[in-house]
Amino acid sequence: MMHFFATYGTQLLSKTGQHLYISAAALLLGVIVAVPLGVLLTRMQHGANFIISLAGVLQTIPAMALLAMMIPIFGIGSTPAIVALFIYSLLPILRNTYLGMQGVSPTVKDAAEGMGMTWWQRMTQAEIPLAAPVIMAGIRLSATYVIAWATLASYIGAGGLGDFIFNGLNLYRSDLILGGSIPVILLALIVDYLLGKVEALVSPRQLR
Amino acid sequence: MLLSMEHLRKEYPNGKVAVDDFNLQVDRGEFIAFIGTSGSGKTTTMRMINRMLDQTSGTIKIDGEDISKMDPVKLRRSIGYVIQNIGLMPHMTIQENIEIVPKLLGWSKEKRNTQAHKMIELAQLPDDMLQRYPGELSGGQQQRIGVVRALAADQDIILLDEPFGALDPITRESLQALVKRLQEDLGKTFIFVTHDMDEALHLATRVVIMSRGKQVQVDTPENILRHPANQFVTNLIGEERLIRAQPNILTVSQIMLDHPASIRPDETLKDAIDRMHDRRVDTLLVVNDQNVLQGFVDLNDINRIADVTTPIKSFTNREVFYVQADSLIGDTVDRILKQGVKNVPVVDSEKRLVGIVTRTALVDIVYDALKGAPESDHQPASPINADIHATATKEGGDSQQ
Repeated sequence: MMHFFATYGTQLLSKTGQHLYISAAALLLGVIVAVPLGVLLTRMQHGANFIISLAGVLQTIPAMALLAMMIPIFGIGSTPAIVALFIYSLLPILRNTYLGMQGVSPTVKDAAEGMGMTWWQRMTQAEIPLAAPVIMAGIRLSATYVIAWATLASYIGAGGLGDFIFNGLNLYRSDLILGGSIPVILLALIVDYLLGKVEALVSPRQLR
Repeated sequence: MLLSMEHLRKEYPNGKVAVDDFNLQVDRGEFIAFIGTSGSGKTTTMRMINRMLDQTSGTIKIDGEDISKMDPVKLRRSIGYVIQNIGLMPHMTIQENIEIVPKLLGWSKEKRNTQAHKMIELAQLPDDMLQRYPGELSGGQQQRIGVVRALAADQDIILLDEPFGALDPITRESLQALVKRLQEDLGKTFIFVTHDMDEALHLATRVVIMSRGKQVQVDTPENILRHPANQFVTNLIGEERLIRAQPNILTVSQIMLDHPASIRPDETLKDAIDRMHDRRVDTLLVVNDQNVLQGFVDLNDINRIADVTTPIKSFTNREVFYVQADSLIGDTVDRILKQGVKNVPVVDSEKRLVGIVTRTALVDIVYDALKGAPESDHQPASPINADIHATATKEGGDSQQ
């Protein structure tokens, strides 16, 4: 154990950093795209199902295949990995945003509109705050997915903790496999815990 | 005219006509109730006033300004809005909820704060409740906040869409009292949708009865009770309620008999006996040349006197109990019954004799009012009516205790 840390300590830190960077970047993009899209979807009845199905289809592409498909477009390195993981992060966030917005009571929507809020005010002051717990749950789910799948990104040269695991697999070194897997698990747990805190923070006090 | 609605029509794309040729002129300070069965278009009509719905044709003007040319957001901020399921923002404190519209209008923080404290006082709720969340309050308390929230930005017109529909009867009563008091004290114009006839008759200054998108009757509660426009209105009000309301809406002149047997002071005993015989009565009312009531003579007095030429005025009983023609039966019935007389003369404002009320007619009315309908065997025409009947029956029980 100590030997592992002595040998791979610095490498472990930088790989963890890379892993976190790829995941965070993908997730951030996912949030930036999927949350507003999910909000907009509630405004169109017909398009919503189509777009959510489309996101569902993207979700079914095998991770390895999706990563490989990125290489002709973005080459190798962290960029194609981030794009691929971003695509994966979309569905849970999109679906939860849509459902969360739909779940806001019609009475509240009616009252907000009837009191003279503009569309933007209704979204930012009433509907999104009320849908926030559901939206955050989607983001948490995406975050754990993305952290787990970011391991595969090592295959297209993006680095990250996957490097340890794949090296371990190639060299039959269980210490490397464990040395990569355990931090991934810990990372996922910690991020989920932290996002859980954020979720509680954005939840309306009354709904907690 | 504060609010003017002319030839309003709302037709949905599927061809269903929700509101057809609706006309209403509302003055400042009026309390208007829209009442009707479900699907009568009452809520649709109300929602056109703050443009939550747009009419297919017709015009709505507020202070003479056509609202279809106004920015709907600005319009809504100038109109208070209270909805059935309260519609408080669950993620905002009571204070934040009250301050929503003032904040949208850009009021300063201090002004909003002052207003919030003023509003919670109007709602008759403790000041520290401002920092609580809607979920911590009871339904009745929440709707109190819902009502004062609609007043917080000093709106002239307040729309209330079945505001007490979801509350239990006791809470509803206290809320009705609150709303009536606020409306009267602040002089605001309230437009109120309900399917509870008691509520409409109790709160409103004018009631608009609607059925299938059309106005059936628009009048004051008293006039509607007095002259229901047609069978639909009668059913909606409920016969029991109409009968029970009689003492409070019928005037004495409506139940009196015209042309009571009367005699002049200078006529003689003989004339009196002849007239009693002709009219088959035992009492004659004595009136002078101007038809002003002087007193009465009855058979007992006549028997005591032997001389048939005695003028009437010499034995007129001057202590006569009489009632005014335009007074309400409900106000006079007790006095009449306590006098223990068989007949009561009815006079106009100049004390001129106009008719007579018999004890029998009075007792009939009082009895009907106590009992409700004569052995009601009529089926409620709709669930709404069933509701109204149920309420009416319950009240009947109360009043008998």
